[in-house]
Amino acid sequence: MAVAQRKTDIGPPDYRQFLHPVIKKNYGKWKYHEIPEPGVMVHVAESGDRIYTVRAGTPRLLSIESIRLFADLADRYSGGYLRWTSRHNVEFLLDDPKNIEPLKKELNDHGYPIGGTGNSISSIVHTQGWVHCHSSASDASGVVKAVMDQLYERFTTMDLPAKLRVAYACCLNMCGAVHCSDIAILGVHTKPPTINHEDLPKMCEVPTLVSSCPTGAIRPATVDGKQSVEVEDEQCMYCGNCYTVCPAMQINNAESDGISIWVGGKVSNARTEPKFSKLAIPYLPNNPPRWPEVVDAVVNLVEVYAKHARKHERMGEWIERIGWPRFFELTGIPFTKYHIDDFKHAGETFKRSTHLKHTH
Amino acid sequence: MAEKELKTPLLDELENGPWPSFVREIKKSAAKNAMARETLGQLERSYEDRISHWKHGGLVGVMGYGGGVIGRYSDLPEEFPEVAEFHTYRVNQPSGWFYTSEALRTICDIWEKHGSGLTNMHGSTGDIILLGSKTEALEPCFADLTEAGWDLGGSGSDVRTPSCCVGPGRCEWACYDTLAACYDITQTYQDELHRPMFPYKYKFKFAGCPNDCVAAIARSDMSIIGTWKDSIQIDQDEVRAYAASGVDIEAEVVELCPTGCISWDGEKLVIDNSECVKCMHCINVLPKALAPGKERGATILIGAKAPIVGGALLSSVFVPFIEMEPPFEEIKELAEAIWDVWGEYGKNRERVGEFIQRVGLGNFLEEIGLEPVPEMIAHPRTNPYIFFDEELEEDEDE
Repeated sequence: MAVAQRKTDIGPPDYRQFLHPVIKKNYGKWKYHEIPEPGVMVHVAESGDRIYTVRAGTPRLLSIESIRLFADLADRYSGGYLRWTSRHNVEFLLDDPKNIEPLKKELNDHGYPIGGTGNSISSIVHTQGWVHCHSSASDASGVVKAVMDQLYERFTTMDLPAKLRVAYACCLNMCGAVHCSDIAILGVHTKPPTINHEDLPKMCEVPTLVSSCPTGAIRPATVDGKQSVEVEDEQCMYCGNCYTVCPAMQINNAESDGISIWVGGKVSNARTEPKFSKLAIPYLPNNPPRWPEVVDAVVNLVEVYAKHARKHERMGEWIERIGWPRFFELTGIPFTKYHIDDFKHAGETFKRSTHLKHTH
Repeated sequence: MAEKELKTPLLDELENGPWPSFVREIKKSAAKNAMARETLGQLERSYEDRISHWKHGGLVGVMGYGGGVIGRYSDLPEEFPEVAEFHTYRVNQPSGWFYTSEALRTICDIWEKHGSGLTNMHGSTGDIILLGSKTEALEPCFADLTEAGWDLGGSGSDVRTPSCCVGPGRCEWACYDTLAACYDITQTYQDELHRPMFPYKYKFKFAGCPNDCVAAIARSDMSIIGTWKDSIQIDQDEVRAYAASGVDIEAEVVELCPTGCISWDGEKLVIDNSECVKCMHCINVLPKALAPGKERGATILIGAKAPIVGGALLSSVFVPFIEMEPPFEEIKELAEAIWDVWGEYGKNRERVGEFIQRVGLGNFLEEIGLEPVPEMIAHPRTNPYIFFDEELEEDEDE
């Protein structure tokens, strides 16, 4: 049956209609930029034209009321032109520097802080958590809010040795570049899934479910005369892949889910090659609404890094210079068997030399 | 619906403190919208119970599309009937996340009419996320979005919504037009984006320089990262001005160069460009004095992904240097060649990076028709278990 006049496959709108006239005119012809103060940038074109950016932090989860507020502010101060960054910050693009101060004041008055530029902690890239995700081991927005309340001044100043990128993901899927962040906060499941044998045959295909397990821990089984599966608990690494393909494999567990902390990743190629984040703390409890253990752990990492790293050294570069034994010593984080890799190619992460500092 | 008083003491605590509060955002919408109100109620319950109350759910979407809508249901539908169905739209963002106030108001008006009024600006992949729609609202909302010029992004085993950095829109380091490339590729692959046909997801990310502000190397199956081949451009007067203003050129630039290819005698900065690996550090520290070279293009890397299923991977070099001019034919030819091989031999939920690990990069290159080059590896193999081709064995028998 034909559907009349239904539009599909039009793709996103052409970005060129959203570009500020100064940007359109100087497109691809920028000469340099400066950061006169935290959260404010000026980009200077070869023509001598200037575009001023005011950057404000947001909680990512935004009501349309707030988006309309940003639209109103853009109309008043930036000719109606604005954009977002890859880290959930909103940026207003101004051609008149006289508008910077009144715009900053209004944003601050509405509770959106100015900052996130240069050697700061920018907004925490994060996931949905309990606001909207089915497999989250913890909330996302709440942990991020609690952490950023404590790190607020690291957003509005630029006094760190280098930029420090924090990311949060609520399960091992690691939506967002959590696996390559200076500090990564990661929700973890720590127990095998609970199988609902009643629902499983109705909801899931057993062969797909069996093959979803990366360690082969799931086997077909007949339970009470019904087609179902069993899990070899010792082989389960709680990744939740089975739960994603089959809702009858409940991986969420209010008692045992928690949060882990990872450090030293980066995506930039500056100085050293991009790196993965490495495990710092395997497990902290889920303690809403303010997750004090997680907040303390992150603040400690930031402060120890800020005190000891050299200028331009990212978290991972600092740790590589001082070595992991000294990292654990300086941060006071206990080193455990959980820090030693036992997944594929684990041996490549072992220390295979006598290059040790013997600091104890 | 009768207005019961909704008590959320745990979430109310998160209205305190200086950082902008997501709870305040939900409450802004909740004042007018019952779905947002019950979202708040169910979230408070999660804070009490320390567990998610969302279920993923069967196939929901708009007619003719296999992606772009994430089905979501409450596991407490009697208590929170307004969010019993709470699906998400992924709306394909414009390149570089540039907007006008008018465009944003249009989206807000549509979302006020059809959904919860809650959004994410933006989702992890880059889409505008419209959070919380009932099943019956999906088609009418989609009709209003497309009428206003917006379309859905990807989800499931399809081309995921491509994203890019701010690029030549507002960055002097953009080595190619990331905004144009992202737009062109997105428009070219509308069918692949809306109708999942792959073994798993396929992400494109376009970064204008090796600083990689969209995390392409960590997160995309095809990472297109701007770079240059010739010499870094130097304005010696500006270098001296930085030195005079207190920048320690020796300590902050020369000593931190990863290949030691920079020297500074207090008057002149000299770079041995044949040794430069285009890391961006010196340019980042001295943006007024240094700039990428003029012979610009991109390095194509492939295979990045987050941990699920077989462990996280970073992208690795596929084409060391490519010119990036519209209509970006070489990128398209490479992507389509990859989809052919991976589409035929890839397993269900196996990303391209994992597929290459399983079949071997050498075999993969042969299938694609690319010559192996040493830029693709950190070092040659260290084990002697080489799978020689049959022809070679025959040669050796002679």
